[in-house]
Amino acid sequence: MLKFLTQFGRYVLLLKKVFSRPEKPSVYYKQTMHELVYLGLNSIGIITVISFFMGAVITLQTAYNTENPIYPTYLIGLGCRDSIILEFSSTVAALILAGKVGSSIASEIGTMRVTEQIDALEIMGVNSASYLILPKIIATLLFNPVLTLLSICVGIFGGWIAGTMAGVITSEDFIYGIQYAFIPYYITYSLIKTLFFAFIITSVSAFQGYFVEGGSLEVGRASTKAVVFSSVLILLFNVILTQLLLS
Amino acid sequence: MITIKSLNKSFNGKQVLTDISVAFEPGKTNLIIGRSGSGKTVLLKSIVGLHDIESGEIWYDDVLFNKLDFNAKKEIRKEIGMLFQGSALFDSLTVDQNVRFPLDMFTDKTEEEKKDRVNFCLQRVNIINANNLFPSELSGGMKKRVAIARAICLNPKYLFCDEPNSGLDPITAILIDELIKELTEEYNMTTIVNTHDMNSVMQIGEKIVFISEGLKCWEGNKDDILDSDCTTLNDFVFANALAKQLKASL
Repeated sequence: MLKFLTQFGRYVLLLKKVFSRPEKPSVYYKQTMHELVYLGLNSIGIITVISFFMGAVITLQTAYNTENPIYPTYLIGLGCRDSIILEFSSTVAALILAGKVGSSIASEIGTMRVTEQIDALEIMGVNSASYLILPKIIATLLFNPVLTLLSICVGIFGGWIAGTMAGVITSEDFIYGIQYAFIPYYITYSLIKTLFFAFIITSVSAFQGYFVEGGSLEVGRASTKAVVFSSVLILLFNVILTQLLLS
Repeated sequence: MITIKSLNKSFNGKQVLTDISVAFEPGKTNLIIGRSGSGKTVLLKSIVGLHDIESGEIWYDDVLFNKLDFNAKKEIRKEIGMLFQGSALFDSLTVDQNVRFPLDMFTDKTEEEKKDRVNFCLQRVNIINANNLFPSELSGGMKKRVAIARAICLNPKYLFCDEPNSGLDPITAILIDELIKELTEEYNMTTIVNTHDMNSVMQIGEKIVFISEGLKCWEGNKDDILDSDCTTLNDFVFANALAKQLKASL
């Protein structure tokens, strides 16, 4: 318990340092643009592929589990849409990004720590925590909602392709289903979750990397811890946010 | 001028530095020497504020550095250049961007002025036509020289070098030592060099402080070092067979 409180205290103090006034906003702006490309644009590929197959599997599973003449087939489209918007595009995509982006952040910052690059920044008079972490947080907060929206679109498209190609639903029924009883607030809910998850992934991973001590072995461990802790926190906050936002 | 008074530092209850008092003069190459694990790097990192000290005073001219808050320390640090043991160049930046970094961060110079300053610093350390290379594409000696260029690009008042020639061949090591000495005299910097290389000591040691097991055991210059009656210093200086023969012939 004491260890947990110590770590939490260090995390809060790190965040305080991260959100202090930047030395030179123009340099931070440039760095944020770089992170948008590195952490955001470079994640489009994996999110697209995963979302497409996720949508396809959801559609096929819904179809095989509702093989009953009482249920209208357009419910397959509706089920696919709601599952993707409510859960898969925000939470599952966040778990995947925790693996890809989280480990990358922890190992990048951890390597900078063990090779004294962070000490070099501090000696120059640069707030290393802010310079290294703030642009990453801003970039993921800006871009992860875009990734979620993309994931929703691609997921539903994947469901439509799989459903029609497998012959479990007609194109007309699927399109009718994804339009039926649509609640726009679900999109807002999904995007709010995404913002929380983006902050968790970036700040927790950066925290793990920033306080690495030792060498390459410890950097590897920090990277693993970043993924594990981010994933657990994502799942925990998923429950809390769902209760708060949908109850 | 950097003055240290009664500095004490420990890690998890283990005393690493005990009652260190010493003054480092400007325009001179001040050397901290000692065996590996003697506390040299901890002393250097304590002086620049990377380690918090238990007690004692660290004065940068007339400013008591260790009592300053984070922001005030940042202002002093803008006058510090540091060369790390592993060079600590930013992997994701080119040579040009590494040297330019402090200029981007702390000055309002135009692009043209920054370019001139970067080229001047790189030429000063004899790095030619390498502006677009990444650190991974440089040799050990080149990395050290680029790190020196980055350290001097804001005309620092204080220069710290942690084992500047570790991992380098003797010829390159002497070139780096000479470069540090020349720059110290040229810019009248207060330079502190951590080393356990006796070639460096004899090459550039204008003021030498010997540390052993966290204690300051001896202080002097390169002319005094061969005649010292300090046993631990003599064991360190005359460690190899050739040096022992030299000592016997003195």
